[in-house]
Amino acid sequence: MLNTPLILVVSFAYLGLLFAIAYYGDKRAEAGRSIVARPSVYALSLAVYATSWTFYGSVGRAADTGVGFLPIYLGPTLMFALGWVVLRKIIRTSKANRITTIADFIASRYGKSTLLGGFVTIIAVIGIVPYISLQLKAISNTFNILLEYPEIVSPAEIDPGSLFADSGLYVALVAAAFTILFGTRKLDATERHEGMVAAIAFESVVKLVAFLCAGLFVTFGMFGGFGDVFGQARALPEADELFMLGGPDTGYGSLFWLTVLSMLAIVLLPRQFHMAVVENVDERHLNKAIWLFPLYLLVINVFVLPIALGGLVRFEGGVNPDTFVLALPMAEGQQALALFVFLGGVSAATGMLIVETIALSTMVSNNLVMPALLRARPRVREGRDLRGLVLGIRRVTIVIVLLLGFVYFRVAGEAAALVSIGLVSFGAVAQFAPALFGGLFWKGGNRNGALAGLAAGFLLWAYTLLLPSFARSGWLPASFLEDGPLGIELLRPEHLFGLTGFDSVSHAMFWTMLVNVGLYVGVSLFTRGGATEHGQAALFVDAFREPAEGARLWRGTASVEALESLLARFLGRARARNALARYAAARGLTTSEWTEADAELVHHVETLLAGSIGAVSARVMVASVVEEEPLGIDEVMDILDETSQVIAYSHELERKSRELEAATAELRGANRRLRELDRLKDDFVSTVTHELRTPLTSMRAFAEILLDNPELPRAERARFLRIVVDETERLTRLINEVLDLSKLESGRAEWDIADVDLREVIEESATAASQFFAPRRAKLRVRVPARVPLVAADHDRVKQVLLNLLSNAAKFCDTEHGRVVVELAVDDGAVRVDVRDNGPGIDPEDQEVIFDRFRQSGQAMGDRPSGTGLGLPISREIIRHLGGELWVTSARGGGSTFSFTLPVAGSREDAARARTAVGEG
Amino acid sequence: MRHRRKGERLVAVALLGFLLFNYPLLSLFSTEGTVLGVPVLYAYLFVSWGLLIGLMALVVRNSG
Repeated sequence: MLNTPLILVVSFAYLGLLFAIAYYGDKRAEAGRSIVARPSVYALSLAVYATSWTFYGSVGRAADTGVGFLPIYLGPTLMFALGWVVLRKIIRTSKANRITTIADFIASRYGKSTLLGGFVTIIAVIGIVPYISLQLKAISNTFNILLEYPEIVSPAEIDPGSLFADSGLYVALVAAAFTILFGTRKLDATERHEGMVAAIAFESVVKLVAFLCAGLFVTFGMFGGFGDVFGQARALPEADELFMLGGPDTGYGSLFWLTVLSMLAIVLLPRQFHMAVVENVDERHLNKAIWLFPLYLLVINVFVLPIALGGLVRFEGGVNPDTFVLALPMAEGQQALALFVFLGGVSAATGMLIVETIALSTMVSNNLVMPALLRARPRVREGRDLRGLVLGIRRVTIVIVLLLGFVYFRVAGEAAALVSIGLVSFGAVAQFAPALFGGLFWKGGNRNGALAGLAAGFLLWAYTLLLPSFARSGWLPASFLEDGPLGIELLRPEHLFGLTGFDSVSHAMFWTMLVNVGLYVGVSLFTRGGATEHGQAALFVDAFREPAEGARLWRGTASVEALESLLARFLGRARARNALARYAAARGLTTSEWTEADAELVHHVETLLAGSIGAVSARVMVASVVEEEPLGIDEVMDILDETSQVIAYSHELERKSRELEAATAELRGANRRLRELDRLKDDFVSTVTHELRTPLTSMRAFAEILLDNPELPRAERARFLRIVVDETERLTRLINEVLDLSKLESGRAEWDIADVDLREVIEESATAASQFFAPRRAKLRVRVPARVPLVAADHDRVKQVLLNLLSNAAKFCDTEHGRVVVELAVDDGAVRVDVRDNGPGIDPEDQEVIFDRFRQSGQAMGDRPSGTGLGLPISREIIRHLGGELWVTSARGGGSTFSFTLPVAGSREDAARARTAVGEG
Repeated sequence: MRHRRKGERLVAVALLGFLLFNYPLLSLFSTEGTVLGVPVLYAYLFVSWGLLIGLMALVVRNSG
């Protein structure tokens, strides 16, 4: 059943379907109803990473090295985890600057350098051609194998036939046709191709399903599940090497370098850059792609090992492992499945061919041919519509690149396995890493460094990876590898300077990265970049910052008309006029009065052009219509430094002045408090000394009387001595209270907080206070409710307060019918104690003063009381410390009531909080 | 701010992955023996790979 016509019909039907999908996608895009503007399509389109290498080559490598095929897929997973930091920044920068290829990106970053852009393009083309040949080889081989059904032959045994009978050529031509049709249909400033993306996403589904079908068939159809495959494979002689690490290609060093290499490749391969960055519709699609794309890779790899091991068991070494995916269904007579698998392989290969050639052709036209043309033939600058020219260049490039791949495949023959061809390409694009990632995160990287690193890295890559692959194909003598060039052993390409212990890819990666990164960093540090570079560096590295307005590094004059006609040559007259009208409308300008272009507009036009012909060419074209006053490097540096420094300074100044203001206010407050304290201290000292002097004076007076009159009557002497003793006691009490108050105020007092029953305290105090009341014949009554909650307080201190209040009450109550009432009431969460007397009362203005030190209401009455004047301040201090309040309510002639509250024991935390608050206040 | 946090979390996941897939952690699983019939090394690589992807999805979802 499997014969040439059938295979051809099915293949062409499939390719026709692809064309139809792409056409539909383009139509929908034109109608404004995009089918690709969704995150899952974005993730699927990224799966263009999985090529024939994945579809056929992984199995081949797995049959050789066990898990040695995996790092190529683990690396992208890791890079996508970094995607939010790295890829998003690349996407943001590329969109802002209309960057359409990786060469454009690097050239733009380093001052729109023509040299750098061209160089990156050349490396990309040389590096990718083997990769393209890999795809053609895979399709051509599998096509031939399918034709030999039911026999299963090795690709090496098949006569490749004449050049024109090779299916690889036709695949290359169909891919070229598709790419030209959907990749270069029009010159678009965004360089996006929705139809192509739709087709690639579709292909990603086809190859996944085809591979899974083959995997399921092998694992569950031919064997009894995973356990059975692995169990049978255990009997293979090479089983240990496959099931464990440590073989020649699965050393830990190799795994490490392969992971790093694939991490770089997933961003730096021209087709990945194109899909991930240029075709990205919305930055937010990354959110889903970050995990969906790695998941795709995981799923497509699940059956690689079972197929590889199944093939080894089934064929016992008679078939090339690179073709197991196809050979196993064929060997089992599953013709339909074999055909489907073949289609899966075709989809994997064509997807890669299409996107890779679009990316390469854009690079070649924008960074190589156009700049060269503009330089060599200045008259081109004055030509009319250049759209046709640009598209023509691209179409020719597409055909040339694909044919180059085909020629390489024909010439290189069967020498290498699929994966090792691909790894050579990975190594080439990895050379972009220092310039690209360095340029994205380090402003100091400059053009000289990038050029030096790229050049050295590329040369070493060619020497350590490309030339050895030529030697294996027989283009160079084998002695080149074994003995080194001209017999110099130190220069053996796979053991440079005698370095051993690496496989060839790790060896090449080590040397190229060492030299590339080293030169990039070193040269950047020791040379100075050009004028435009500094501006571009800031633009790329600070991609996530808001752009600074008005700091364009450009000075010159241009007419709007000239710019419009320039745009028209690449975009067409209508679109050019439209673009400018939109620009003018956005800024509120009318076209009629708008003749002189400002820097902003020139930059806008340059960015628009950059999308079509690349940043480098756009710069040359714009320069041709603009009278530019060249800016020296020093001027550029000055402008950049000035703006950024002025901004930085003004921020700094604002911050400083705010801080100063705050500090001044604080200082002023502190100063006020200090003055107040100083005054209080002076008052206090003078009052205390005054208070001390009074008893001392009287003591001295009586002592002198006693000394001078030894004949005083005995009774008189006893009276004088009694006064001296009383005064001494008063003095002692005064000193004790001063010490007590200072302890309380400084927080050094010791507290014995416990649950206290206030009734007890009141009883005790009342008993103790009776000595004050008895001489005055005043009555003391206590009114306490039957049940009183406990309070959290210090028993002795509360008693001290009560005694103080009672002694005051005894002193001030009515001299004739003195009555003092102590009352206890329970308030909300607190207990209140009132001590009420029927004395003369206190003037409102005195009611706060009495709580000051050494102020007694007696002073106002002209009658010297016996107290020290510290009792109330101490009491208030104690009550506050216990979380309560002490105050007085009184009216002249209506007696006074001293009240204090204490928190109930349960709310001890409240009390504690209150204490800290008081302590801090 | 939220973007920054998400980026930091994902970078941490990437570092974790790099550790999981390289020496010396990897060497712990390069042994004979099987898990449900699958060689230990294969099982380890695929399971940790899957978990890593799950973690990435989780971070993306939870960081908005």
